[in-house]
Amino acid sequence: MEIDNNQLLRFTTAGSVDDGKSTLIGRLLYDSKSIFEDQLESVSKTSAKKGHNGVDLALFTDGLKDEREQGITIDVAYRYFTTPKRKFIIADTPGHIQYTRNMVTGASTANAAVILIDARHGVIEQTKRHSFIASLLNIPHLIVCINKMDLVDFSEEVYSKIVGQFEEFSSKLLMKDVRFIPISALLGDNVVNRSESMEWYQNGTLLSTLENLHISSDINKIDARFPVQTVLRPQSEENRDYRGYAGRIASGIYRVGDEITILPSGFTSKIKSINAGDQEVEEAYAPMSIAMTLEDDIDISRGDMIVKKNNQPGLEQEFDVMLCWLNNDPAQARGKYTIVHSSNEQRAIIKNIVYKININTFERNTEDKKIEMNDIARITIRTNRPLMLDPYRENRNTGGLILIDEGTNETVAAGMVV
Amino acid sequence: MSKYYLNYLDELESEAIYILREVWAQFENPVILFSGGKDSILVTHLARKAFFPAKIPFALMHVDTGHNFPETINFRDDLVKELGVKLIVGSVQESIDNGRVAEEKGKNATRNALQITTLLDAIESNKIDCAIGGGRRDEEKARAKERFFSHRNDFGEWDPKNQRPELWNLLNGKHFEGEHFRAFPISNWTEMDVWNYIKRENISIPSLYLAHEREVVYRNNSWIPVSEFLKLEEGEKVENKKIRFRTLGDITITGGIESDADTLEKIVQEVSAMRKTERGDRSDDKRSETAMEDRKKQGYF
Repeated sequence: MEIDNNQLLRFTTAGSVDDGKSTLIGRLLYDSKSIFEDQLESVSKTSAKKGHNGVDLALFTDGLKDEREQGITIDVAYRYFTTPKRKFIIADTPGHIQYTRNMVTGASTANAAVILIDARHGVIEQTKRHSFIASLLNIPHLIVCINKMDLVDFSEEVYSKIVGQFEEFSSKLLMKDVRFIPISALLGDNVVNRSESMEWYQNGTLLSTLENLHISSDINKIDARFPVQTVLRPQSEENRDYRGYAGRIASGIYRVGDEITILPSGFTSKIKSINAGDQEVEEAYAPMSIAMTLEDDIDISRGDMIVKKNNQPGLEQEFDVMLCWLNNDPAQARGKYTIVHSSNEQRAIIKNIVYKININTFERNTEDKKIEMNDIARITIRTNRPLMLDPYRENRNTGGLILIDEGTNETVAAGMVV
Repeated sequence: MSKYYLNYLDELESEAIYILREVWAQFENPVILFSGGKDSILVTHLARKAFFPAKIPFALMHVDTGHNFPETINFRDDLVKELGVKLIVGSVQESIDNGRVAEEKGKNATRNALQITTLLDAIESNKIDCAIGGGRRDEEKARAKERFFSHRNDFGEWDPKNQRPELWNLLNGKHFEGEHFRAFPISNWTEMDVWNYIKRENISIPSLYLAHEREVVYRNNSWIPVSEFLKLEEGEKVENKKIRFRTLGDITITGGIESDADTLEKIVQEVSAMRKTERGDRSDDKRSETAMEDRKKQGYF
């Protein structure tokens, strides 16, 4: 198998058991031959025990004991499959319980979101919610699967009507790449194999769409941002003078000889060498993990950011973010939290709640200031020291941040710099 | 013109290196849990890259059931010497001798679950705040729910229903005294990815993974190696077979498969055509539907 150019695509699936989400994932795994015999055997047994005809594909995604007993998904589960073209990671997020919290988590690293619509019901509140989150998290590609086409006689008219409904409400959202596919996860139509019942649909199946999405531009390669994770100082004799700044390039491209600026100090230098693992390289790009050395001896530590002289992020101490609250304890007005942004960690205070968003109607509410689990709001944050920020829309890696409760150590919120 | 995107193995490698460096930056006293199996060997290899040209800044910790393949122990000792790192051994035999745990009784007795106590004792007595493991999400359904940074309370327990969300690349390793973390840098790798990478990087692995002649007994649908710890059941007979192991664990419960794959190339080919999961030959996972989940909640790897 030729693997040199095969890329990794991460996608998230949104929808509930009722939309056939588990069946769809089971179908993708089964038809792409990613199910092993012992898994098939165990699922066949369970299907028979439950009185199903044939294999219940949804059972392939069964997880923890409580989930099986209650027939729900509690937490994000990750699934893997590979085709000759790509490796895929599915972040399988629950539809009902704590949907926002889990979908935001799964969406934060996704290249694509697959949103499921039941053909019998068309666009419902949940569809709007999921699309809103996909747009908020700036997922580059959105694939809308209109499922259960077998239950509406594979009707093109039904399909077109739903596409129309989706276009109507989604015009208010920021989305770059949206595609629609009529499928039947249960029967396998247009999932991996082309449907014989929907001759009117001429575009790709779900799998071929996922295999062919252009994802190499999903990471920003223009604005070079290198958050320093740690400093490598070998103790051995031959490397005594080595001082490597280690980290994962958040965006952009770095070359030996580039003129760089260190933030927040503002000192400048030139890149002397770049190491990727034990290999020396001339250039490196996001999302590579590297270590670089500089021409000058400068005091640099974790939390600093190395950028290009002529392209710098904002250095800000007070700024607005779109915040998604992830914790059972509500946000405290003027509460203090630890803020984590790239490799930098500071203290922050919620200064002002600008508005809350109703994610079913996309309406803004400036009256209600109580932020609870799963709420999304625009807030103003003030930090004790400046952070090196980019707008989230331009750079997911340097525009995303989290808040940690100092009393419980829990991650309580995700923020996207406006 | 060069390309500016990574292939999937390079991306997995970069992600794992990032996590290993994050462990180093966020914790005081982390160790790599080292079993001598391919996954912990891979993690160690990635750690070498993450901190190059400096030494790996972690000790290796081996939880020793006492039922080892001699090959694994030799391999471990050679690697520790080569890397110049410290080795910490937590001994299940000692836990038994000290009365911390009691040996299981009955026909299918193993020391698998006993490792939990030894592991947690070793973490506590060595004041370890993060134990890096080679667990992968594709291995098992409870593991599919694991975070990169997985919190353990002061009893070493995992609470899968109340995990910290992990967004973007931001990892939260904050903890109180007595609590610790498990870190899983190769969470997103599959068995196939591991083998493809081992082949690409030419990483040395114990010879047990390659097909070889061995005395074995057929039990629970797989070939269990003959060792000083194996008690023959009625009707069982010792046979000589060409086998290899897909996973390595306690010698008494690790089953081999019949195979002719005696090179890395052949293993990659064989694994890509494999129709059974790798843990299908591990009797520790066969005990019940939730065998792994139950053990993990108590503090298992």
